[in-house]
Amino acid sequence: MKLNSSAMPSSEAFKANVAGHMEALNVVSEVAQAAALGGGERSRERHISRGKMLPRERVANLLDAGSPFLEVGATAAHGMYDGAAPCAGVVAGIGRVHGQEVMVVCNDATVKGGTYYPMTVKKHLRAQEIAEECNLPCIYLVDSGGANLPNQDEVFPDRDHFGRIFYNQARMSAKGIPQIAVVMGSCTAGGAYVPAMSDVTIIVKEQGTIFLAGPPLVKEATGEVVSAEDLGGGDVHTRLSGVADYLAEDDAHALALARRAVSHLNRAKPTTVNWQSPEDPAYDPAEIFGVVPADLRTPYDIREVIARVVDGSRFDEFKPRFGETLVTGFAHVKGCPVGIVANNGVLFSEAAVKGAHFVELCSQRNIPLVFLQNITGFMVGRKYESEGIARHGAKMVTAVASTNVPKITMLVGGSFGAGNYGMSGRAYSPRFLWTWPNSRISVMGGEQAAGVLATVKRDAIERQGGSWSADEEAAFKQPTIDMFERQSHPLYASARLWDDGIIDPRKTRDVLALSLSAALCAPIKPTKFGVFRM
Amino acid sequence: MFDKILIANRGEIACRVMETARNLGVKTVAVYSDADAGAKHVAMADEAVHIGSSAPAESYLKGDVIIQAALGTGAQGIHPGYGFLSENPDFVDAVEAAGLTFIGPSAKAIRAMGLKDAAKALMHEAGVPVVPGYHGANQDAGYLQAQADEIGYPVLIKAVAGGGGKGMRLVERAADFSDALQSAQNEATTAFGNPDVLIEKYIQQPRHIEVQVFGDGQTAVHLFERDCSLQRRHQKVIEEAPAPDMPLDVREAMGQAAVRAAEAIGYKGAGTVEFIVDGSEGLRTDGFWFMEMNTRLQVEHPVTELITGVDLVEWQLRVASGEPIPVAQEDLTINGWAFEARLYAEDVPKGFLPATGTLSHLAFPEGCRADSGVRSGDTISPFYDPMIAKVIVHGPSRAAALSKMRQALAGCEVAGTVTNLAFLGALCAHDGFAKGEVDTGLIARDINALTAMEAVSAEITAQAALAVSGVLDKPADAPGFVLWRPLRHRVYLRQGEEDITTKIKVLSEDQVAVEVDDKEVVAQRTPTGWRMGGKRVAQSVVAGGKVTVFENYGVAFNVVDPLDRAAAGGAAGNIIEAPMPGLVKAVFVKAGQSVTEGDRLAILEAMKMEHSLLAARDGTVAEVLAEAGAQVEAGAALIRLEDEEA
Repeated sequence: MKLNSSAMPSSEAFKANVAGHMEALNVVSEVAQAAALGGGERSRERHISRGKMLPRERVANLLDAGSPFLEVGATAAHGMYDGAAPCAGVVAGIGRVHGQEVMVVCNDATVKGGTYYPMTVKKHLRAQEIAEECNLPCIYLVDSGGANLPNQDEVFPDRDHFGRIFYNQARMSAKGIPQIAVVMGSCTAGGAYVPAMSDVTIIVKEQGTIFLAGPPLVKEATGEVVSAEDLGGGDVHTRLSGVADYLAEDDAHALALARRAVSHLNRAKPTTVNWQSPEDPAYDPAEIFGVVPADLRTPYDIREVIARVVDGSRFDEFKPRFGETLVTGFAHVKGCPVGIVANNGVLFSEAAVKGAHFVELCSQRNIPLVFLQNITGFMVGRKYESEGIARHGAKMVTAVASTNVPKITMLVGGSFGAGNYGMSGRAYSPRFLWTWPNSRISVMGGEQAAGVLATVKRDAIERQGGSWSADEEAAFKQPTIDMFERQSHPLYASARLWDDGIIDPRKTRDVLALSLSAALCAPIKPTKFGVFRM
Repeated sequence: MFDKILIANRGEIACRVMETARNLGVKTVAVYSDADAGAKHVAMADEAVHIGSSAPAESYLKGDVIIQAALGTGAQGIHPGYGFLSENPDFVDAVEAAGLTFIGPSAKAIRAMGLKDAAKALMHEAGVPVVPGYHGANQDAGYLQAQADEIGYPVLIKAVAGGGGKGMRLVERAADFSDALQSAQNEATTAFGNPDVLIEKYIQQPRHIEVQVFGDGQTAVHLFERDCSLQRRHQKVIEEAPAPDMPLDVREAMGQAAVRAAEAIGYKGAGTVEFIVDGSEGLRTDGFWFMEMNTRLQVEHPVTELITGVDLVEWQLRVASGEPIPVAQEDLTINGWAFEARLYAEDVPKGFLPATGTLSHLAFPEGCRADSGVRSGDTISPFYDPMIAKVIVHGPSRAAALSKMRQALAGCEVAGTVTNLAFLGALCAHDGFAKGEVDTGLIARDINALTAMEAVSAEITAQAALAVSGVLDKPADAPGFVLWRPLRHRVYLRQGEEDITTKIKVLSEDQVAVEVDDKEVVAQRTPTGWRMGGKRVAQSVVAGGKVTVFENYGVAFNVVDPLDRAAAGGAAGNIIEAPMPGLVKAVFVKAGQSVTEGDRLAILEAMKMEHSLLAARDGTVAEVLAEAGAQVEAGAALIRLEDEEA
């Protein structure tokens, strides 16, 4: 049952793989490190000079000392809005307060005053979605000027725009998921509803403000001249209006009050799965860089990755002799039982049916699913279409879509075409979807897409009796290839929150464990499957 | 041997006596005051009797109550320990009148030594040298000069009515005497209206050396000497046995003199004869003089025990129960060297002010004897001597024993109060002391160096922060995990007047960095525990809003909890308003009076209830705006405080 690795860390191939992955990692790391700084140096200094903590300091001091912080969307909005919104102007992620897992959403006022760009809204909503699915208390560290006005058409009106934040707060509160707001700066207009809609609200004296309209707008509307503090400061809201419940001296005091509020939530983690004592893998997770080829097109045995992720490198493989391009089996990640579904090549009918079977098993047993996705797609061709690969693929997609056990998807290689669906892509609502820096995602490969377009074009030219040289064809294909290359990069994907973030592959085990732990804060609902096309 | 004894004492000495009693199969009865209801000596005893309230005069000094307790519990003897009733002859009489045995000398012997001048005369008669001097009424200048010549120079002329050094002159040569006498008398007249002086031999480098004696009522033996020269304002700080640089003949002479002193008064039990010794040119057989005799077991008796192998309390119990002195003089020998350091709850920087506190942690290292009357969790109360423990070590040589003492002091862990541990440590590292150059002036001469506060290092501050955060003890569940950039968790500390903000960065389950000011310190987990730059991370204790790092004799920090900062809402603090309409029942303050937060300023009667109006902060009353009897509206200003100083 213990997996045997055939890796040779001293081999040239191993070293070359490490080098390739390090290069890919460094590209992402640089972006992520820069995004973590938030706004420019000047605005950060201005922020600090007001006695305020920077957003990540706020998060750190809200969480327990030494708490893990599973950040969501760490490179969101990268390369968008001319780089104006690092980290989408909001820090979000899961950490522990008094040992309880919570979702923290923290505005970054050093990024355009913490105003909401479209990606800010998307990220905020995604954090809330995770919290709702995982039953995590939400703590909003608010310091935001509200909607980013130049982008108002993309942040205000639609279903998944600004208003959804408050809708979510109400719905979560109704479900018994605590909503706590700490007002540490502005909370203007729509933003005023974050504290107002919270179960418990803390506001920092002479620093936090909550109002539907700020002093300039009030003067415009009614002629009344009033200071921000008198209009909606902490004293007003804790003494007169009742919009906030606790008055804090400063950031540190406010965060301590929020921690105290969490200590009184009276919540306990539900019993969901049968935890075992954690055990390190027999193979070093850091070797992942060496065992996975740097080139996406080179096939390798996904068990090499599994051996570096699961407890004791032990893997009870299910149906190992059938549909071998899909590896399925049972294991534990830091003590948590998981069913692993991993690609080892293109999906054939047998593999798809086996996948559906395995997902059914895990659903039956309440075992969370982990998808290690590296898929070019389902097999194509006359033979496969006629044997009904679409029907078999649909079984797997139905199973994955229907199951209610938590799914965690790790994009470890390619994610192309319908393979993405069967392997619990974003559209299949995995609790979390993480990607590796070497991964690529698109409807098909760039070469293939360009080839399809070129074939259509050549047919049209030749039908009209023209001719198309190879050079002309190559020139025609290149822009498509380039576009696919750019858009399939994980930074492009993550910027748009098609996933929850890019991770260092060597931390895969930690990320999976933390994701599972968060997901298991919610009870597992029974599954009812849709019709399987037999 | 007794079946049961009562120990009329508390703290370490009560525990010390009980330990030996227990070894001898003697049952023990403790007595205790209110403050000591949960004390270690009460827990140790077979029985315990409550004897009164916390003040010593209401409990430990109540001889009649203690004798009743002994009678009530069937104890046959009373061990007085030291202090309290131990040298009270009336108590001894009362104990014996009650048909009980006093474990100590006779009332007569105590009385003989109790009056210092009479004792000196008695000793002089018995052939024990006493400090030469003239205390007579004849103030004729020529006569005084003759007395001084006889005493031998240098001499000290002191005003009889004197004090504070006024009217005091040191005279080194006979030729200078008459001038010095003149000016001393003049000064004494001016200062005290009384020109009378006395003359004493001036002892140049006085050392305090005492001899442990033990008598059976007729004869006595001595158990060699102890040097108690390391004193601060006449309080012994570190004692040792034997005395450094003690020639055999001087030891012999002093021992014999001490035995003579004991036998002269028919001494029974353990006693100490104290001598003042001239240490200026080495110890001499004619260079020691009787000062007084302590007719009890001394605090520092353990150093004698360690070099002689004798359990002095055992001897006390045996001799008191009628047995002979267990060992003859010729069979007593000195083995090695012993030191005792007195560990006190004292605020050294504040002039050794006695301190109090609850000992959130108390531990002593291996390799020392720690006689202590308190345990972790016990309180050092203001009612009694703030001693925490006597740390006692024994080694084959003085150097070895001293080195052991240094280690022992470095290993003592005390949290919950300030201590003199660092001062003791500095003393043990003192060059002169290490060389054995001890005299009673040593501490006073070097007091600044000995009490210099060592700056707190970033490492120690970092360890305090780590202890508060608890990150080093957490089970390894992805501690500090982040995807890209470590988070910095703040821990707020205060050391003295200084606020320190530390930032903890958990880098992995095996590595934690702490930022202290501009310095970053890294703690690394190794197979042998957490280390900082190779050095093991010290033990720390977090309790009662304090964290104590057991390094450098224990460095304590206040833990600043942001929650302690109540946001009072700023300016509202100046005016005390009526919270509802009502009748001002009483006003307790006047303009100009200073008040502290929580003080009751006035009472408002409303809705059939009396509401106390409290000061929201410290301050001074600026004016009282409503008098008692006034009917006021809700929100009416009743008292105004002065503006708070910025």
